[in-house]
Amino acid sequence: MSKSDSLIMTFVAGCAVASATNAQAQAYGFGKPATPREIAGWNIDVSPDGRSLPPGSGTAARGKALYESQCAGCHGMKGEGSLANQLAGGIGTLNTDKPVMTVGSYWPYATTVFDYINRAMPFTAPQSLKPDEVYSITAYLLFLDRIVGEHDVLDASTLPKVQMPNRNGFVSDPRPDVRNADGGKL
Amino acid sequence: MASRRMILGGALAGAITPSMRAAANETSLPPQVPAWSRTQGEAVNWRPYGLPSEFEKGVVKVKRPSPMPQEGVSLTPLQNLQGIITPSGVVFERSHGGTALIDPAQHRLMLHGLVKRPLIFTMDDIVRFPSQTHIYFLECSGNTSRDWRSPVSKTVQESHGLMSGCEWTGVPLATLLDEAGVLPEGKWILAEGADASGHTRSLPLEKCLEDTLVVYAQNGEMLRPEQGYPLRLFVPGWEGNVSVKWLRRIKVGDAPFMTRQETSRYTDLMPDGKAREFTFLMEAKSVITYPSGTHQLKGPGFYEISGLAWTGAGKIRRVDVSVDGGRTWRAATLQEPVLHRALTRFRVPWQWNGGPAVLQSRAIDETGYVQPTLAQLVRVRGFNSRYHNNAIQSWAVANDGKVSNVQV
Repeated sequence: MSKSDSLIMTFVAGCAVASATNAQAQAYGFGKPATPREIAGWNIDVSPDGRSLPPGSGTAARGKALYESQCAGCHGMKGEGSLANQLAGGIGTLNTDKPVMTVGSYWPYATTVFDYINRAMPFTAPQSLKPDEVYSITAYLLFLDRIVGEHDVLDASTLPKVQMPNRNGFVSDPRPDVRNADGGKL
Repeated sequence: MASRRMILGGALAGAITPSMRAAANETSLPPQVPAWSRTQGEAVNWRPYGLPSEFEKGVVKVKRPSPMPQEGVSLTPLQNLQGIITPSGVVFERSHGGTALIDPAQHRLMLHGLVKRPLIFTMDDIVRFPSQTHIYFLECSGNTSRDWRSPVSKTVQESHGLMSGCEWTGVPLATLLDEAGVLPEGKWILAEGADASGHTRSLPLEKCLEDTLVVYAQNGEMLRPEQGYPLRLFVPGWEGNVSVKWLRRIKVGDAPFMTRQETSRYTDLMPDGKAREFTFLMEAKSVITYPSGTHQLKGPGFYEISGLAWTGAGKIRRVDVSVDGGRTWRAATLQEPVLHRALTRFRVPWQWNGGPAVLQSRAIDETGYVQPTLAQLVRVRGFNSRYHNNAIQSWAVANDGKVSNVQV
């Protein structure tokens, strides 16, 4: 064992003794336990299973006015895009010369729409929308492409069940997929 | 250095301007004794944080135009750099919600999810852990993405400037995960930034345990704000956007989290309408940085061709250079050190006869992978995949010595 190794071992042993009462398995004992309350404030991600969706609900009908005041300035009145990305339309274009990649044509999960609006939008005030507002704007975006109906209620149980048109449009990484024909011969 | 600058003349931004040159000719050249030899210079430590010479002030990042000033990229001036380390001040940026300015005393890293002990670390906690320092490249998967259809980039900064190489210091993510105790069902992590985009990417646990770092320092000093100060993830050899900046949260889960960035953004659309997801690896790539687009050669004679090669798969084994558009190749000299998942500098001597030439470089990595041509990439992937263009780059040298971006 080198000198530095033995120093590390001494250090680790010291930590183990110091923290034996509250965190036996921590090698170093740095950091503090994250409390459920602390985690709740930051734990905003929403996976396709929807398990971490918050209480609340929304509909496209309620989302229209919100979208037009909070989102349309950059994304266009009907999600056609202007300063920022086009959000609606483009279904059926992905295998053409001019694919139009939008929420409706490209995004595989409706939960991702909620997650992204909730964490990053509106651009000028991220994390400012309430859950009902995020559900409603999500519903309105999906309604623009008729993925949900105008009065369909989206909440923690219905949102994960929404079938996006491009749900099966993704494949895993097949690379290396391209061979240099001459194999790098000099 | 000096001779190359003279050769390039005004072609290099930041080179000596004509008025400076005129002044120098009159009073500073032999047999005259220049002013700086006849008076004392600036006081020692006149600038407590040193800066480049004012004659290098043109060596800067360039922002690509974007509708929102906070959402976009700035590009590294590869044509002006030497060696394999990119100075921190000109490392490219890709930000989705601006540069967060964070007081390290107020920053926290939360580690939770499928772990035995959810933890919150302060920066003081993080830097107490055993650290490692490695030299690695960092490349955006969108590097060279504008040149799929035609060679629209004028300079190597525009075509390849979403790529830098630095020395990074941090704590292995494996150490922090061990501290929290990953449960057996934990298979993926979510890394989340504290910036206004809450930038998030999922990573397989295997890579997190292999060589992923939680980085706090870059090129010997604490991270620059644009690079994620005070804390970022660093995932060696993988597309840059997974190296989440301003890292505030790591959550362990049993599957990828399917965030916006890994579903609608950093996915590669193929001609059949299917898109590849989780295309993490940056495959072998190289580019000649001198001479490169917009450089002006001053007549026939000797030039040292120089450039950079890198691969997310490991080490560069060989770089070939062609001056005839890929008809014939010769092996370049690789400048030591040749490091794992780092930039490798290559050089090859060239006697320019004054006729038209097309300069190319072709990297081969230790797995035997050979950097492809653009035509070979397009044949498989079409034109809509946006990311991961690692094609051989061509620079044409015209009879008048002008160098420009071409596709052959």
